[in-house]
Amino acid sequence: MNNNEDKTLEEMTRDEKTHDERTLGETLRSQGISRRSFLKFCAATASMMAMSPAMIPKIARALEQARRPSVIWLSFQECTGCTESLTRSHAATIENLIFNTISLDYHHTLQAASGTAAEAAREAAMKENFGKYLLIVDGSIPLDNPGYSTIAGISNVDMLMETAAGAAAIIAVGTCASYGGIPHANPNPTGAVSVTDIIKDKPIINVPGCPPIPVVITGVLTQFLTFGSLPELDDIGRPMAFYGKSIHDRCYRRPFYDKGLFAETFDDEGAKKGWCLYKLGCKGPTTYNACATTKWNNGTSFPIESGHPCLGCSEPDFWDGGGFYKSISMPTENITKTVIYTAAGAAAAGVAIGAINRSRKNKAVASHSKTGIDDLSK
Amino acid sequence: MSEIEFLSWVRGPGFQIATIIFIAGVFIRIAEILLLGRKANLAEAKGSEMSSGLRTVLTRSVPDKATFQRSAYTFTAGYIFHLGLFVTIFFYAPHILMFKDVIGISWPSLPSPVVDAFTVVSIIALLVILAHRMSNTVLRFLTTGEDYLVWLVTFLPFITGYIAFHRMWLTSPTLIAMHILSVELLIIVLPFTKLMHSFTFVLSRWYGGAISGYRGVKS
Repeated sequence: MNNNEDKTLEEMTRDEKTHDERTLGETLRSQGISRRSFLKFCAATASMMAMSPAMIPKIARALEQARRPSVIWLSFQECTGCTESLTRSHAATIENLIFNTISLDYHHTLQAASGTAAEAAREAAMKENFGKYLLIVDGSIPLDNPGYSTIAGISNVDMLMETAAGAAAIIAVGTCASYGGIPHANPNPTGAVSVTDIIKDKPIINVPGCPPIPVVITGVLTQFLTFGSLPELDDIGRPMAFYGKSIHDRCYRRPFYDKGLFAETFDDEGAKKGWCLYKLGCKGPTTYNACATTKWNNGTSFPIESGHPCLGCSEPDFWDGGGFYKSISMPTENITKTVIYTAAGAAAAGVAIGAINRSRKNKAVASHSKTGIDDLSK
Repeated sequence: MSEIEFLSWVRGPGFQIATIIFIAGVFIRIAEILLLGRKANLAEAKGSEMSSGLRTVLTRSVPDKATFQRSAYTFTAGYIFHLGLFVTIFFYAPHILMFKDVIGISWPSLPSPVVDAFTVVSIIALLVILAHRMSNTVLRFLTTGEDYLVWLVTFLPFITGYIAFHRMWLTSPTLIAMHILSVELLIIVLPFTKLMHSFTFVLSRWYGGAISGYRGVKS
């Protein structure tokens, strides 16, 4: 008996479909993901993105029917930390499978092809899906000299302009692509800028972080696949669902801050008792990210939970904030010297002005002439 | 300018500029006052200038009964917000950190809710003072533009600090930056207005006490 006779028509059709043509639902089922865990993922995504529970079936339906969107990933001045973060998110999660089920047509680090073949893959993907593909960028773009960073002889800025032209939307992954990040740090030797500094006519979502949380990427992708739209963004282009609250607002050590209980050093009694890390330079109060709720390493912990202050890595210019271990209320520059020099200079100036005042007074006294009765009769 | 850039500016160059103006202004003015000199008193001294002067620096903190009764409003509300200023400036943990960074010493802080309570009471006291100043005919007549300016620059750090602590309306980098900026405004204005009394009160009280001490009378 022919094997095909055991299969339903639907299964036969599905088998005949190439990997690219399968819907996300089909791909997930073929990988042994049960409908229950799929719906659980949809529910988690909906709650994470602050959507009403009524949206869950909609997300599920839309995701199941979504075709693998073509994704082109460009890496510019970056350290590959963002890619590491995403690919090393725990293998068994549905987020990862969803991520696997996008058609990642170009990614330096992950693709097998190299050289001309790699560039040909990018060009082919751009041509086939013009106007529809998602462009993900990590790393900043140097503008001072195009030769600072090139790929296949193409400067970063040229490749970004060329690839962005046909993109449906752009996701700037990591703080470098979102705000310039480390290459943009003072004195910015390469003239590094962010994607939003260059591209003005496309919807851009910034997913900052050094690196960003993997689930934030999948959350944004889910929204794009489900509704074909981009999430609500804050004033610096970050999805509100993940960057709407500060680390401080959601920090489990917040009660210690409110009570005024602080760790003074990394190994004192306060540190051992898990008190607030504000005095050790924590940037939680000025940093907007989801670390305190989604956490890292499959929900294990986040930096503050591990006893280290937040560096504020999802904020622009976090490298130039006056030092990671300097509290927000401290001046960023060495003010003590300024105070001493100013005080010395001002004291000298004060003495000089005082001396002038005195001599003027003495002169006035010396030139003072008394008015007598004779003067009045004049 | 992004809000983090705004915050970095007020913590960096802004803070430097404000500190230079503040320190220079205060030092020059105090040096000027001290160098004015006094006429030599040819009368025989009947007591110590120094001990009476120092005592008066402290005793003038307590109003005498008649003066208090004459302006009970000004005294009560004034006392409250001065105490509030002292507690909020010197006993809020993030502020102590700033002092530690600038002058190298630190001291224990009060719990944030306690400082918060002082802030609320001070804000109310400052509003009462303003209302009193505007409603009292004599006071209004005596009030100049400078009086409103010094009230405003004193009020702004309180209100921006309160809003920043409770993270109302705006995001926190902007709120913290606005608070620091308001303090910079205060310390820039301080040496050139009657806010200078925060330093000169010691000199004027000492002088008052010293005159009495020299004459051998109670100040």
